[in-house]
Amino acid sequence: MQALVRLARQAGRQKEIPILAALLILCVVIAWMSPFFLTWQNIFNVFRQFSVIAILAVGEGLIIITGGIDLSVGALLGLMGVLGATLASLGWPAPAVFVATMAFGCAAGTLSGLLITKVRINPFIVTLGMMSVARGTSLLITGGMPISIDNGITYLGGGHIGNVPVSVIIMFIVAICGYVFTTRTLPGRNIYAIGNNERAAKLSGIPTDRMKIMVYVIMGALCALSGMIVSGTLDTAEPAAGTGYELDVIAAVVIGGASLSGGKGSIPGIVMGAAIMGVLRNGFVLLQVSAYWQVVTIGLVIIGAVAIDSIKNRSANA
Amino acid sequence: MNRPILLHTDRISKTFPGVKALDGLNLQVRKGEVHAIVGENGAGKSTLMNILSGVYAPDEGRMTFDGKEVFFKHPRQAQEAGIVMIHQELSLATNVSVMENVYIGRLKTGKLGFVRYREMEKACKELFDRIGIEGIRPDQTIEELSISQMQMVEIAKALSLEAKLLIMDEPTASLTHRETEILLGIIRELREQGVSVLYISHRMDEVFAISDQITVLRDGKYIDTLRTAETSPNEVISLMVGREISKSFKRQYGAVPSGAKPILRVEGLCAGEKVRNVDLEVYPGEIVALTGLVGAGRTELVQSIFGIDPRTAGRIRLDGREVRIRSPRDAIGLGIALLPEGRKIQGIFADMSVRENISMAGLRSFARGLMLMRKKEARAAEEYVSRLAIRTTDLEKEIKFLSGGNQQKAILARWLLTKPRLLILDEPTHGVDVGAKAEIYEIIDRLAQEGVGILLISSELPEVLTLADRILVMRSGEVAAELPVGEADQERIMKFATA
Ligand SMILES: Nc1ncnc2c1ncn2[C@@H]1O[C@H](COP(=O)(O)OP(=O)(O)OP(=O)(O)O)[C@@H](O)[C@H]1O
Ligand SMILES: [Mg+2]
Repeated sequence: MQALVRLARQAGRQKEIPILAALLILCVVIAWMSPFFLTWQNIFNVFRQFSVIAILAVGEGLIIITGGIDLSVGALLGLMGVLGATLASLGWPAPAVFVATMAFGCAAGTLSGLLITKVRINPFIVTLGMMSVARGTSLLITGGMPISIDNGITYLGGGHIGNVPVSVIIMFIVAICGYVFTTRTLPGRNIYAIGNNERAAKLSGIPTDRMKIMVYVIMGALCALSGMIVSGTLDTAEPAAGTGYELDVIAAVVIGGASLSGGKGSIPGIVMGAAIMGVLRNGFVLLQVSAYWQVVTIGLVIIGAVAIDSIKNRSANA
Repeated sequence: MNRPILLHTDRISKTFPGVKALDGLNLQVRKGEVHAIVGENGAGKSTLMNILSGVYAPDEGRMTFDGKEVFFKHPRQAQEAGIVMIHQELSLATNVSVMENVYIGRLKTGKLGFVRYREMEKACKELFDRIGIEGIRPDQTIEELSISQMQMVEIAKALSLEAKLLIMDEPTASLTHRETEILLGIIRELREQGVSVLYISHRMDEVFAISDQITVLRDGKYIDTLRTAETSPNEVISLMVGREISKSFKRQYGAVPSGAKPILRVEGLCAGEKVRNVDLEVYPGEIVALTGLVGAGRTELVQSIFGIDPRTAGRIRLDGREVRIRSPRDAIGLGIALLPEGRKIQGIFADMSVRENISMAGLRSFARGLMLMRKKEARAAEEYVSRLAIRTTDLEKEIKFLSGGNQQKAILARWLLTKPRLLILDEPTHGVDVGAKAEIYEIIDRLAQEGVGILLISSELPEVLTLADRILVMRSGEVAAELPVGEADQERIMKFATA
């Protein structure tokens, strides 16, 4: 009996349930309107499309849980793809390209993290600046032209294991790591504490600056990974790759139940948030919604998600 | 006492997930009376006040105010009807000026809609003078103030509204004797003017000094309303807890062994304006209390020892060895714990569970490498929940849903769990009920007997007098006097604090 009560209580606390419900309803609606939605081919398509958003959303989620934000993810993705392709074109072997690109990503994250914690610039401004710097650098390196890649590194974006795209497998690995990190580790606990009450976190002996730098470094690494996946899909690195991704990513995080004021959010929720964004985009294509309406709708979805979050906050604090 | 009835509630109930916070509650408040509400932590006092002031809607029951039946959907409606509340937790905007906080929602504007700061500043200053608040400028930002100054601003804000019923939820919990006296004076004046006051406090001396009637709540139920003049603290307390309580806490003094080295020795410590050239020692097994007026620099002193505020001069020795403490992390690593004042701002992680809040400072002892051992963590948290009798439905409940006093106990547990050598407590029993206080005193006493050094800041003099071995009186950043506990009393302490 007691176990039952505890179980019921736990289920009541699972904040992911409404998100999962929203995702399922969305799928049912689209499947009903387009029979093509539920074919295997399309399902893999959807997974591949949102895998990159989901990978980035895991990193963005960690940042938003600490109370920060990163607007530079799309631009960093583009830059990292370009850097990887450049190294590949110099004849570097795939593992070396991989390691070097990941290191670039971490370096970019460290830079943002240091500016935010040590120079004390608002994360919004820092990453807005980074976004412009990264995009500009991609254009400078490529002269605006795509770089085609002939290197094993494209396996990350184009390869399959059995029927399953490698990028989807990577997404699941990243999600599981993120889940373990946030729920089972010391630094994972610390980032929630920082987002809840940074002063109290510092007084409890948490190295707040180090933790904040860490989440931006993780984000940088995930941008590098995503950059290689995206360029691998088409065997080309586009300097404009990832443009506008920050919106989808932040939307995924907020839909997934994280709060922009920090301290809240779960990785499963965030991945489901990314899935909602992926299904929505796929639905637009299947239902032949005009590209212009897509842009408008995504904007509305983001505003709606944030509005729900802020209304929830207000009634909780009243 | 047959003044007309101002407020009448009829069988009000409110249920939160897992708790019946209020159960069919009736309450009558007359015009121009000071009506105290008492009860243990979690009895439902704040919930009731939140319903009266429109923060929560009751699940059942009706309310009549000033002759009309009312139903408030929003605090603003209650305010318009004449019910103003000072909340238990500070609700000021921290990065905004004092005067904007006082006049929030009704900033004085000119014809073009620009805020008239000069006018507002003048009005604010007049308000402070009238109430007797000193040392706070209207244009300071809230974050520059100490917790007790924030509390005074909160009170001023409420007084600047025209209220028929003023609700005060533990207004004095962070105030010292002098400010409490000022506040009680204001309440008496309001009563003269026919304002009714609902006054919640765990301090019996205040309740008996100020109230006309006392209503006791227990487990969400109405127990009784007594005339203050016809009852006694003991009767009230036994109604609160539902049984006779016999034992009162008495400290077991363990003599400091001669030749023992001090655990903490501070030499010539300076930090900013607020701490000047302080020397002090704490021996193993000793409880040293820091007293003084608000703004005397007590909090700043312990915060600089703990590595929060930078030190400008001076040395700190632990067990005779000089140590460098540049952050709370360093301090914790050396076996120091600081329970900070102001739980909402410096203490609680509102959206995190009771378990996570309790384990936060000692989390490293529950980790193997980077991985947390969650069973061990839960067991430790469980142990403290029962030791401190923290009232919660379960460990996973978010701490913001606990009553104020229970939040305080959880944060105290956080620091006890680190098993420190030197325990610094800044208002440890803020908002804690009488029974739980005795429990906490016993825990502190036992730690002292085990050889822990304890540095205590408390604005409650009886607390200082029961617990301390030695009392240091601070005045404008300096230690003005040192009194062994036998020679200390209210008057002597005040003499040194104000001289
Ligand atoms: N928003 C909420 N959600 C869930 N439970 C709540 C909420 N607010 C209060 N409670 C519960 O209701 C009960 C009464 O709480 P309340 O805050 O009224 O106590 P209180 O008498 O003010 O205690 P204290 O002296 O500690 O301030 C407690 O058990 C508390 O955990
Ligand atoms: Mg309360």
